Amino acid sequence: MPNPVPIPDTTPRLQLCRITKRYPGCLANDGIDLSIQPGEIHALLGENGAGKSTLMKIIYGVTQADSGELIWQGQHQLMRNPAQARSLGIGMVFQHFSLFETLTVAQNIALAMGAAAGTPKQLEPKIRQVSQRYGMALEPERLVHNLSIGERQRVEIIRCLMQDIRLLILDEPTSVLTPQEADELFVTLRRLASEGCSILFISHKLGEVRALCHSATVLRGGRVAGHCIPAQCSDQELARLMVGEAAGLITDYPKAKGGDAFLQVQKLSWPNPDPFGCSLQDIDLDVRSGEIVGIAGVAGNGQDELLALLSGEQRLGRAQGATLRFAGQAVAHLRPDARRGLGLAFVPAERLGHGAVPELSLADNALLTAFQQGLVSKGLIQRGKVLALAEDIIRRFAVKTPDSQTAARSLSGGNLQKFILGREILQRPRLLIAAHPTWGVDVGAAATIHRALVALRDAGAAILVISEDLDELFQISDRLAALCGGRLSALKATADTSLIEVGGWMAGQFDTPVHLSAQPA
Amino acid sequence: MLLSLEPRGQQSRLMLWCSPLLAAVLTLGCGSLLFIALGHDPLETLHTLLIAPISDLYGVSELLVKALPILLCALGLAVAYQARIWNIGAEGQLLLGALAGSALAVNIIDLQSRWALVLILLTGTLAGAAWAGLTAWLRTHFNANEILTSIMLNYIALNLLLYCVHGPLKDPAGFNFPESAMFGDASRLPLLLEDGRVHAGVYFALLALVAVWVLLQKSFVGFQIKVLGLDKRAAGFVGFREKRLIWLALLISGGLAGLAGVCEVTGPIGQLVPQVSPGYGYAAITVAFLGRLHPIGILFSSLLMALLYIGGENAQMSLNLPQAITQLFQGMMLFFLLASDVLILYRPRLNLRWARRAATPSVQAGAL
Repeated sequence: MPNPVPIPDTTPRLQLCRITKRYPGCLANDGIDLSIQPGEIHALLGENGAGKSTLMKIIYGVTQADSGELIWQGQHQLMRNPAQARSLGIGMVFQHFSLFETLTVAQNIALAMGAAAGTPKQLEPKIRQVSQRYGMALEPERLVHNLSIGERQRVEIIRCLMQDIRLLILDEPTSVLTPQEADELFVTLRRLASEGCSILFISHKLGEVRALCHSATVLRGGRVAGHCIPAQCSDQELARLMVGEAAGLITDYPKAKGGDAFLQVQKLSWPNPDPFGCSLQDIDLDVRSGEIVGIAGVAGNGQDELLALLSGEQRLGRAQGATLRFAGQAVAHLRPDARRGLGLAFVPAERLGHGAVPELSLADNALLTAFQQGLVSKGLIQRGKVLALAEDIIRRFAVKTPDSQTAARSLSGGNLQKFILGREILQRPRLLIAAHPTWGVDVGAAATIHRALVALRDAGAAILVISEDLDELFQISDRLAALCGGRLSALKATADTSLIEVGGWMAGQFDTPVHLSAQPA
Repeated sequence: MLLSLEPRGQQSRLMLWCSPLLAAVLTLGCGSLLFIALGHDPLETLHTLLIAPISDLYGVSELLVKALPILLCALGLAVAYQARIWNIGAEGQLLLGALAGSALAVNIIDLQSRWALVLILLTGTLAGAAWAGLTAWLRTHFNANEILTSIMLNYIALNLLLYCVHGPLKDPAGFNFPESAMFGDASRLPLLLEDGRVHAGVYFALLALVAVWVLLQKSFVGFQIKVLGLDKRAAGFVGFREKRLIWLALLISGGLAGLAGVCEVTGPIGQLVPQVSPGYGYAAITVAFLGRLHPIGILFSSLLMALLYIGGENAQMSLNLPQAITQLFQGMMLFFLLASDVLILYRPRLNLRWARRAATPSVQAGAL
């Protein structure tokens, strides 16, 4: 539960006045005011693209504001670079960690702190002391590549705590954690705050903001949409602040049962040649026509590997062809285009650079995967048909773009995702595999994407969704499983499971699926 | 900062066309200053360099003769470069085409059939393609960097050619000069004009131009090549065959360079000599990029490059300008063209930001 709100009569730790930052073509921050007291846990809430990242970067000195004032403990500051921010006692944990995998924890921390802090050996006792004091178990001599994502995050946090820290900025720290790990993190953060450290907590998950934060600033479209005390607001109120009009955005879709299994995965094992990668072990999975199966899991637990094997980017030998089957036909040895011919459509996690070629126009990107739909005749591209398809996608999926000749990279994440999903859906797939379909997408576009997926399911397609967003999976999937350490839990109907149970699966608390899959589904 | 560059986010269509013009103006301006500094009349020098070479029909025909091998090589390179396969070996592929074609030609000097020429051209083309195939094989089987292998193969090709001209292919009746015998009439490319050296190779160049244009702009294979070049992961995600495309791009590239080489020996030269190419294969790299890897652009840039070659020789002879100066002029042109290309993706902006920067330190001083 939240600590009592600190008495706000002292000088604020940090105060921002009218911070404005303009990037070409967008006003990222527009006159933002924000104030954080010592010992306060302050949430910065907002959708993707609301200007949260820009604001943090300005505070941490990564980039500079065009105008506005930054007042640190009552004094004006011009934050020129992160080194200056660190010297003032500001620490930041980014969403993507910057750790050397082949070095130990202590070596990584010593590298970040510079030569003055001492050798890794000299730092070890202090690292132990800090990790015990804040309840974050961490062995300084372990190599980073052996650590889980949660442990790596601890390295980043301890790195900040090694110095005299006054303000800790955390960028969506729970997005890489299981619910249980997130709870452990909150214990640490509360202890830090009780010692007087201010915490700026960036998130778009309302539940955890309410559980942890004393106060919140909500950003929308680069402006402050409101300040509030999260414990006193309902989800609806917070959502309305974040997106404007929240009605109709969060809906429950009726669950479906599905028909015959279309995708069957049997005893799929794949040793990863990359020593730091994840190997898959004995994966059993089936997806029926007319249902959505969701796979939860913390990033790096085998999702990328499983996706590559399913899409055909990674093929198996002919002898192992039957470990993957589409409607009974062995496909594990087939190339992606052959699998597409059998009814597969695929939406990769990365939109630019994987699902779409950034430099090419939307029309060319439509051709990229739809070339088997009669768009090529005698080796020549049927330009007219390609344009017609691209315009059809743009119209039916409400993609906001000047025209179909616009380069893919100039579209926003949500719009491009709608385009890619539309491209795959219009090919009338019998199996659609989507990785993180709404990652980094605003609420409105996410709702469109969810509706499209459910409509495709109701039209009889088998759908497999891999996501880190548990709320999303519970909302749209009919059956659920979780990946952990390259192993997959058994599938269970969404209605029969709970957030806590799936959280347990994500942490590896499940029997080996070998036993369970022996029973008829 | 007074002048800053802002990303446009989208290519500027206007600048795509204006940037070469801007570059031309800047080159002419700076070139004139250079010539003035050297004590030459700028107008006269520019005239000698750029206009005199093409002021008569013979000049135009010489221009075509020079442009032809550059154009063929550059067209092939454009295909490879679209796939981001950096074939630097057009020179070696050209030399090998010339060598293989000559090896056949000196053995069928007496053959009167028109098929002699066809066979020779085919041999040269295939030899160029095979030489590039070596690079493709090294790349696809050992993941060897094609830049290094293709450059090294250039030197091997040159030395192979020198060895053959000094040894097995040397004309027995040639007073020990390092040259092959003159080819038979049936093995020579027919001339197109009475008083000029321009030959039937022009038809091949036009054919190649159209073929490469269709390949890159209209065909699905060309689309796959482009996707492979822009985004390997996207190409893999839809199942385009990377290795097959690498082979194809390099074979086309080498084949066209080989054709260029064999056209040189069967066309204007008529025999195998050590100096088949004054670096056409290297000039073609510049030309391919100058033409923005587009067949039509390459046509114009190869003509321009040929003009500079001839104009440079002209200026050397009639104005006593050292060759280094004409090379400097060429370099200046390339520099300005590439520099102007920045404007396609960036917008220059004059602003008065320095005024504000000057004001901020005082605030900061007060704060500290």
